[in-house]
Amino acid sequence: MSETKVSGGIKPKHQRLVLLVIALVALIGAGLLAAYALSNQASYFYVPNDLIKTPPEQGRAIRLGGMVEKGSLKTRTDGITIDFVVGDGKARVPVRYTGITPDLFVEGSGVVAEGRMEGQTFVADNLLAKHDENYVPRQMGDMTEAQAKAVVAETK
Amino acid sequence: MIAEIGLAVLWMAAALAVLQLFSGISALRPGGKAMGGMVRPLAVMQGALVAVSFLALIDLFLETDLSVKLVAENSHSMKPFIFKLAGTWGNHEGSMLLWVTIMAVSGGIVALVEKRLREDTLIATLAGQAFVSLGFYAFLLLSSNPFERLAEPAPEGAGLNPLLQDIGLAFHPPTLYVGYVGLSVAFSFAIGALVTRDVGPAFARAMRPWVLGAWIFLTVGITAGSYWAYYTLGWGGWWFWDPVENASLMPWLAATALLHSVSVLASRNALRAWTVMLGVIAFSMSMIGTFLVRSGILTSVHAFAVDPERGSFILALLAIYIGGALALFGIRASTVTEGERFSLFSREASLVWNNVMLCGTLAIVLLGTLYPLMTEAFGAKVSVGPPYFNPVSAIFVLPMMVVMAVGPLLRWRKDKPGRITATVAVPALLTALVLLAVVVFAPGIRVLPMLGIAVGAGLARASLLPLRGRNLRRTPLSVYGMVVAHFGIAVALLGAAAESAFSTERLAAMNVGDTQTVGPITIKLLSIEPVAGPNWTALEATVSAAYKDGAPVTLHPQARTFTSPPGERTESALHTRWNGQLYAVLGNEGEDGRWQMRFWWKPFVPLLWLGGLLVAFGGLLALLGRVAHDVKRLRAEGKIAYRNSRKELLK
Repeated sequence: MSETKVSGGIKPKHQRLVLLVIALVALIGAGLLAAYALSNQASYFYVPNDLIKTPPEQGRAIRLGGMVEKGSLKTRTDGITIDFVVGDGKARVPVRYTGITPDLFVEGSGVVAEGRMEGQTFVADNLLAKHDENYVPRQMGDMTEAQAKAVVAETK
Repeated sequence: MIAEIGLAVLWMAAALAVLQLFSGISALRPGGKAMGGMVRPLAVMQGALVAVSFLALIDLFLETDLSVKLVAENSHSMKPFIFKLAGTWGNHEGSMLLWVTIMAVSGGIVALVEKRLREDTLIATLAGQAFVSLGFYAFLLLSSNPFERLAEPAPEGAGLNPLLQDIGLAFHPPTLYVGYVGLSVAFSFAIGALVTRDVGPAFARAMRPWVLGAWIFLTVGITAGSYWAYYTLGWGGWWFWDPVENASLMPWLAATALLHSVSVLASRNALRAWTVMLGVIAFSMSMIGTFLVRSGILTSVHAFAVDPERGSFILALLAIYIGGALALFGIRASTVTEGERFSLFSREASLVWNNVMLCGTLAIVLLGTLYPLMTEAFGAKVSVGPPYFNPVSAIFVLPMMVVMAVGPLLRWRKDKPGRITATVAVPALLTALVLLAVVVFAPGIRVLPMLGIAVGAGLARASLLPLRGRNLRRTPLSVYGMVVAHFGIAVALLGAAAESAFSTERLAAMNVGDTQTVGPITIKLLSIEPVAGPNWTALEATVSAAYKDGAPVTLHPQARTFTSPPGERTESALHTRWNGQLYAVLGNEGEDGRWQMRFWWKPFVPLLWLGGLLVAFGGLLALLGRVAHDVKRLRAEGKIAYRNSRKELLK
């Protein structure tokens, strides 16, 4: 049995090369695809001041972090939609959220909201509050130092 | 006393590992043969000693010895037995000791039972295993001593993180660890074979059960972890692309690729260098996963050791092992001679495709997981989530399903497309019909779930085809294993696609006595009462749920409050039917006295985890088949040897 017969007319060395090229193309393709998707889809973290200064496009998925202002939390009549204001000491953004709030979500405490800008309101799909003593959303580190300290002190 | 014994024994085991490494190295040098005899007994003793050390730690936790720092920080006298036990590994030091224990015990087992490998390759493998273990011994003994005493015994323990106080989570980490560490054995085999240039079918057959075993545990661990996240976090999702989830998925992807390539090497003596390379990659992924989870570089529910020193330590280990292995591979890969040839249309080629696509998926997950860390180094905070992972990974996963359907039907070495055209026409037609049906009957469904359902249905049919025309009684168990595992993938895909396509959600504020509907289910809130558990109190809702006009069932979602350490946890309630699952969560009480409640109707979602278990069961069948085959062969060889010796005697 000759080897050329086995490899279907292609020389053995070439056959290895073909496989290698296919594998490389697939991996490079994966890398390019991933790089493209990452530059497109990555959602960025904002504090209210950034949001006012450099507003993101409407509807793009972003994260907003800051403090829930005291006295701003209101529940709508459906009982599950809440409105509140997130501030960082420099700017304030109204937020709307429909769903069950995390246990440690209270006025005057830190929060990270995932969602998007709709008009002037940030519509949140998800609220990240502290899960337990070991889990403070990492993005809180992005606030101004005083704010971060306040949030950490608050959520500790 | 127990703590001191545990620590002393751990030091002794580390010393034995040093001996094991050096006697292994000198045995491989010219004239050092005599040293070779020591390696096996050293490996066995090392395994036994570490096991004693781990048992000592379990004992300390069961007794709640509060003079030990680790126990005081992670346990509590009031905790139920099972969580005292699980508390042993529910923390950084304990889980590292568990890691070393599994690794050393596996090394001992290799030393005891491995008979197929060439003696020098086995010695090199055990020396490699000792080298890897030593890094972890150093880590434990120098920076994370689990047996450290407190100057003054604590009056009471701090308790276990409430999130970890769940039976699913208690056994989830050790399951994954066995998987990770199983891959370390495969890594050592790869190193051993590279050192002695003995990469061939015998090496692959010796390595295969370890890869299979690791892969089974990883599969079970990921499936259980996904179900745990689903029912305990109260958010109704089963995969979040959390870095910690990815940390378990990446070794699984690499192990799946390795499992397939090691089979090619074992039965066809091809893909030699590639298999060794995958052995290195698979263990690298376990190490990267451990680094991500344990270094505190990521914040996650599971990352409970926020300590840069430990992070650097694991990173250094990672660099030494992976860098060293890659360097060795670079030097030796060219001496691993080319294996058997095969045509571009053959079983081998389809397995190469499978490998390429698994590695592509792995690359994408790795990139997405590390990208936020890389950008952070340049000052930009980015979070990468489902909008990236879902579509990008689907580009590799869906074609992989097609290869899974067709590959097993191909002949080894060389095949003709014409031979299987008629066979694959049926599942292809089925896929097309299901696709059409979904488009017609479920308009507005997103592209990925739609493709998932169609491809899942086609694959479910195609995965059974390798049994066609076979004598079912004489079919080897390993073939059944493959069929069951592939069928399981199809089942899981169907469950995942159905869940994301057809889930319905109801979010409402309810008074006691109120009624709501979600999908085909009518729900009534009957009462909300306080209840108490061993170390928690909770508010418990009683709801009755009726499917269409059927008899109602009662569910009890809870909101639990733990006192030590203080914490809250949602205990969702599930009602499983053959065609789906009802998921109920109790939220907070509003100012007007109404209770926030959340319900999901998730059609066919249990198929997802059933599929995962089927995949693992398929792996188990294959493993049993291999073991039975080996035992049979050993017996036959024994008989032949016996007959030959009789003949000698009669002469």
